[in-house]
Amino acid sequence: MIEQIDISMVNWARATFALTAMYHWIFVPLTLGLSFLCAFFESIYVRTGNEQWKKLTKFWMTLFGINFAIGVATGIILEFEFGTNWSNYSWMVGDIFGAPLAIEGILAFFLEATFFAVMFFGWNRVSKKFHLFSTWMVAVGSNLSALWILVANGWMQNPIGMAFNPDTARFEMQDLWAVISSPVAISHFVHATSSGFLLASLFVLGISSWYLLKKRHIQFAKRSIAVACVFGLLSSLFVAFTGDEHAFITARTQPMKLAAMEALYDGQKPTGLVAIGLINPNKQPGDDKDTFSFKVEIPGMLSLLAKRSFDGFVPGINDLVFGNEEHGVMGVDEKIRRGKIAVATLGDYKGAKSAGDELAASKALTLFDEHRDYLGYGHLESAEQAVPPVGLTFYAFRIMVGLGTFFILLFLVYGYLMEKRQLENKPTILRLGVLSLFLAWVASQAGWVVSEVGRQPWAIQDMLPVTVARSNLDSGTVAVTFFLFLFLFTALLIAELKIMTKQISIGPEGD
Amino acid sequence: MFGSLDWSTLQQLWWLIVSVVGSLFVFLTFVQGGQTLIMTIPGTEDEKTLMVNSLGRKWELTFTTLVLFGGAFYASFPLFYASSFGGAYWVWLAILFTFIIQAVSYEYRRKPNNFLGQRTYEVFMCINGVVGVLLIGAAVGTFFSGSNFTLNDYNLVKWLHPLRGLEAAFSLFNLSFGLFLVFLARTLGALYLTNNLDHDGLVEKLKKSSFNNLLCALPFLLYVLVSLILMDGYAVNPADGAITLEANKYLNNLLQMPLNLVLLLAGLVLVVLGVVLNRFTASVRGIWPAGLGTVLTCLAVFFLAGYNNTAFYPSKADIASSLTIYNASSSHYTLTMMSYVALIVPFVLAYIAYVWRQMDGSKLTIDELAADKKSY
Ligand code: HDD
Ligand code: HEM
Ligand code: HEM
Repeated sequence: MIEQIDISMVNWARATFALTAMYHWIFVPLTLGLSFLCAFFESIYVRTGNEQWKKLTKFWMTLFGINFAIGVATGIILEFEFGTNWSNYSWMVGDIFGAPLAIEGILAFFLEATFFAVMFFGWNRVSKKFHLFSTWMVAVGSNLSALWILVANGWMQNPIGMAFNPDTARFEMQDLWAVISSPVAISHFVHATSSGFLLASLFVLGISSWYLLKKRHIQFAKRSIAVACVFGLLSSLFVAFTGDEHAFITARTQPMKLAAMEALYDGQKPTGLVAIGLINPNKQPGDDKDTFSFKVEIPGMLSLLAKRSFDGFVPGINDLVFGNEEHGVMGVDEKIRRGKIAVATLGDYKGAKSAGDELAASKALTLFDEHRDYLGYGHLESAEQAVPPVGLTFYAFRIMVGLGTFFILLFLVYGYLMEKRQLENKPTILRLGVLSLFLAWVASQAGWVVSEVGRQPWAIQDMLPVTVARSNLDSGTVAVTFFLFLFLFTALLIAELKIMTKQISIGPEGD
Repeated sequence: MFGSLDWSTLQQLWWLIVSVVGSLFVFLTFVQGGQTLIMTIPGTEDEKTLMVNSLGRKWELTFTTLVLFGGAFYASFPLFYASSFGGAYWVWLAILFTFIIQAVSYEYRRKPNNFLGQRTYEVFMCINGVVGVLLIGAAVGTFFSGSNFTLNDYNLVKWLHPLRGLEAAFSLFNLSFGLFLVFLARTLGALYLTNNLDHDGLVEKLKKSSFNNLLCALPFLLYVLVSLILMDGYAVNPADGAITLEANKYLNNLLQMPLNLVLLLAGLVLVVLGVVLNRFTASVRGIWPAGLGTVLTCLAVFFLAGYNNTAFYPSKADIASSLTIYNASSSHYTLTMMSYVALIVPFVLAYIAYVWRQMDGSKLTIDELAADKKSY
């Protein structure tokens, strides 16, 4: 389909996407959670009429605004990047993928943008009630934007509700509702948004802990922590729950990703879960080297998590690459063979069509139809290409889950100490709270690394490898863009951090 | 309801929707225009801050409309999205860069410890207003003047000019189009600020400015209109989709779609009316007729480009690769579904209008800003 694939261009385009998406994801989760926290704070203010709560609300809103601006700036790039760097992708699946992006604009972004202005500038211009309503609308709007973009992303992870049209050589939508209500999309949505709530709770908790350590704004800090603690604990439990559910779904829809997350080469029954492990960097699919140079394993656990039964069979990388007849797993080699037939017959079909040879066209189409499910595999050259980077996926997953568990404990400890009125006297815990502010971002970014790195080489799972999704650009062009973005976003990030820390050190009294 | 419409009707409907969003965007570039005025109009720092804050309450609206414009084009005409963004790469990236730097400028401009300094953020706003709008104009100009690209059998785009889209800015037609938009945005910006601010000195200057900027816009507009009437265009044969060069295609379009001609003329008259009212009477509400006029004019321009069997994204290099609303669109199913979604748009417009009536009940003053720590 493509004259010649320039791998280094593809890699630069991937790097650019990863860079911009990761920058976007620095700001977005904070928006998702802090918008709700501001709504909570303001609700308490409106309920009690206590001006201290108004001051508190305004302080957190100031930080929200600083963060919001740069979230928007990074978002617009992502939207257009699908066109600029992944134009083949955009044409081939624009029929399906464009829809949630457009819906997001209509349903979510305007809500956010409009009520944002009221929230910031409406204190003296609209009624108290309407102002509170606006703050809630900002929270709803920002979380709705997460919904639509995750519907889009969920569709890439598990494409449904569509069919390939050989006449146009593109994928076309058949069922919008199936795309929207896809379990993969919903599970992305609930996990990603709740992780945003968690992150924002840690943000509030971390900054407030710093005030307590410095013995400044004590009353303010304790009030903030009280709300953040409740919200954070609930969110962190929900994050763990939805994350587990997410892995269960991934086991079904993207078994290769799950195998990479667990660095599982040979599936067994029952399969253990490696809680902590060090991967042997020389391990390759099909060789007989040990996967781990060190590991702590919980027997049967992975079967339970992935199959919801202690002796479920979880296919490993080797099973998926080379096939496992006993468990009915087709190998990638076979899929590639069928995929090549699909690619070839599609070409025959097009050729016969344009030559006006109806008979040959219908023969080619019949053959194509038999193999169409493997079309994406026809673009792979070797079975090993279907394996994502195992180490990165494995470690990122461990980091996220480990931190997730730690955060639950942290909220419990904070809650307990608040209850006992002991928190100010525990500098070690407070320091841990400040540190967790940063760890929240580590966990959050790690989550996307698992999700996106783990699905390589697919832009659309089993349908479209990234090498085919790209634009017709040379690698130099994309590399230049990469560095332009790196430079610009880093400069803006520095500005954001400097402004943010300044506002924090000024504190709520400055308002 | 929509499902029973045939495909070409849906394609025309979606060209209408995209045109409406695009035209609203052009109206909303009063924010960009206003951003360039802060360099010249205000006499004092307070006055500048007043202007920035007035614009700062609307910038998100413009920005979001641009985002929606991209999303709507993606969903309805994905081949345009893929070919233009993937092909005319640099011009779109340059536009995007100016919007990135705009997005942070309001919030960061006067915040203590802001790293780049207040002046830098003001320059960012100005770049967005001049370069951003100019390049958008140049890019839209190629809807008429064409670009150099080809599509292969699988509809994958190949761009033939090494500047990848930036070359558009070197054609006199596209450049005039861009400059017209820049001055129009400045005109609208002055009109908007006149209406939004409570400050006699500034309002006086802004009233003059709106008129002067319209005068600057006129020669470029004239050049664009005359060129449009004289230039050849790309016609598509509805029967077989074949694309051919047609002499005076756009003149023919105007004559064959007389309503469009009315739209264009009415739009231009309204713009002039708004500005004249604003300049020579005590009224400060000129933004409304001028805004409506802008939308109508832009609608006429979009209709000229896409309706009446015209290729809206012509390829000069390979005429058969030109994009029309028929060969670039999504499937019947997607357009149907998206049409249902579009029914929500009036509700969105309604709450936006409602909120801004609440918010803009009283005009912005320097005193209000001084009392508000959150002001930009
Ligand atoms: C503060 C951030 C955070 C925390 C503490 C966790 N996660 Fe998470 N996780 C994310 C932030 C995140 C994320 C960034 O939001 C991801 C990336 C994609 C997505 O939808 O959410 C994600 C993805 C993600 C995936 C999806 C991989 C895929 O796409 O298939 C799984 C299976 C989990 N998580 C599981 C967990 C479990 C079991 C956790 C236990 C506590 C956990 N996560 C904590
Ligand atoms: C590649 C995928 C993505 C694209 C194309 C994208 C696009 C955008 C765009 C264009 C904006 C600016 C909207 C405006 O004008 O106000 C934006 C902002 C936003 N996006 Fe994204 N986005 C992506 C990923 C995500 C994800 C994964 C989430 C959440 C789960 C998300 C949530 C938000 C939120 C909450 C905002 C509001 C601004 C902020 O505070 O950050 N986006 N996005
Ligand atoms: C916001 C958080 C996100 C992060 C941190 C993230 C991270 C990444 C990373 C690291 C890659 C490169 C993977 C590799 O090459 O090994 C990637 C690729 C990609 N991601 Fe994401 N991603 C995010 C959200 C999204 C969303 C929401 C979408 C779609 C709606 C998306 C679509 C893509 C695409 C199209 C690519 C390029 C093709 C590919 O490499 O698969 N990403 N992302």
